Amino acid sequence: MSTPLLLLIALIKSVIIMAILLTGFAYATLLERKLVAGMQVRFGPNRVGPWGMLQPLADGIKLAFKEDSTPQGADRFVFALAPLISVVMAMTAFAVVPIGDSVTILGQVIPLELANVNVGLLYVLGATALGVYGIVLAGWSSNNKYSLLGSVRSSAQMISYELSLGLSLVGVLMITGSLQLPDIVKAQTSVWFIFVQPLGFIIYFVSAIAETNRAPFDLPEAETELVAGYHTEYSGMRFAMFYMAEYINMLTVSSIATTIFLGGWHGPFNFVSGPWWFFLKVFILMCVYVWLRATLPRLRYDRLMNFGWRILLPAALLNVVLTAGGILIFT
Amino acid sequence: MSSDIGEDIVSLAKGLWTTSKHLFQKPVTVEYPEHKRAMPPRFKGRHRLMRYDNGLERCIGCSLCAAACPSQAIYVEAGENTDDERYSPGERYAKRYEINMLRCIFCGYCQEACPTQAIVLGHDFELADYERPDFIYPKERLLVPLEVKAKE
Repeated sequence: MSTPLLLLIALIKSVIIMAILLTGFAYATLLERKLVAGMQVRFGPNRVGPWGMLQPLADGIKLAFKEDSTPQGADRFVFALAPLISVVMAMTAFAVVPIGDSVTILGQVIPLELANVNVGLLYVLGATALGVYGIVLAGWSSNNKYSLLGSVRSSAQMISYELSLGLSLVGVLMITGSLQLPDIVKAQTSVWFIFVQPLGFIIYFVSAIAETNRAPFDLPEAETELVAGYHTEYSGMRFAMFYMAEYINMLTVSSIATTIFLGGWHGPFNFVSGPWWFFLKVFILMCVYVWLRATLPRLRYDRLMNFGWRILLPAALLNVVLTAGGILIFT
Repeated sequence: MSSDIGEDIVSLAKGLWTTSKHLFQKPVTVEYPEHKRAMPPRFKGRHRLMRYDNGLERCIGCSLCAAACPSQAIYVEAGENTDDERYSPGERYAKRYEINMLRCIFCGYCQEACPTQAIVLGHDFELADYERPDFIYPKERLLVPLEVKAKE
């Protein structure tokens, strides 16, 4: 394929991915509110459109109209930059995720991921790690003690759980021998890796929840603590960007989980594989995210850190050792 | 340590089961304003000046309610009943009776003080309005349940 054509295809894919992520973010907020409400025996938003479908639109309009204030004494450039870093890194991590196998348009075979980087898995871990910069800079540039404390706690939590996140993926890496996500999906044609690596999946998902500052690991942004943590001083569109970054991180992490453990775009028993299965699995994982948030009380920060370093990390190492042993014995 | 983990996982599972059960229960929300709940019988809402069964007003303009009111929200001006123009049994009636709803604290002391059970607090609580002057409720228009006999 000629270079301009490749660039055009990449551009179109980027636009489609951004559309998917932004719409996904908007309706993830609605899903969360409706599902949490259902679990609390009440309705969620149901006034704005049928079943509240226009609620995200109303929220977006409201946030757009809100005053964009910058605190006095804040570092203005960094203050404006921080939410951008968070959002952009969250979206960038999605570039290597394969939504489907490939489509053939006008004789050209087009794979359904934006970029098949040869270190795909490492790329994802790196991109989500860069998102931590947004949080650190937000807390620092706000000129507010509580924001600073919140951002320090949040970033410490995120980098702690990145270790077990990465290690839980090493098991799958050893089995497939490849970092490329499309290869990992294709290796799951016979059996999904969740059945081969159950411990790995559990560790991955728990670490992912902690990475995205969600469900029981959300002390840094709990309203009863530290006001609102690192995004206390943000309002309007800037706050919306942090909000976006959180939900898009959730989507990305769920997508990686489906790609690596749940067979990606494969249907069960290879029944009619395709992108719809991928989206269904990501949807189910998002529901699990919300389910955990609705049910569990949050962990106190020291217990959170204790859990990450002294329980999850050894468990992830154990998983690596067991997988290595399994490979040696059965191959 | 290991028994702790077992208990923890069991309690986690019980919590998750409870919340998922809730998904299949009908929501307990009463969707106001389409559906409304009935207030308890002694609920203290908007005031009403009551009448006797024969249609005469119960209020005799004695101002005991105005005296009892902790917020001085009630203003009463008494007038003489004549045989041609009779509003209430007895000598006097309330010629002007106004309650400033913004001062009223809905305590019900006026209801307790009234000797003829003329002023009572009813169940209406939807009292929002737009202009401050509209909150001074005059006697005839907003207080009296017109043509509705006293029994309520």
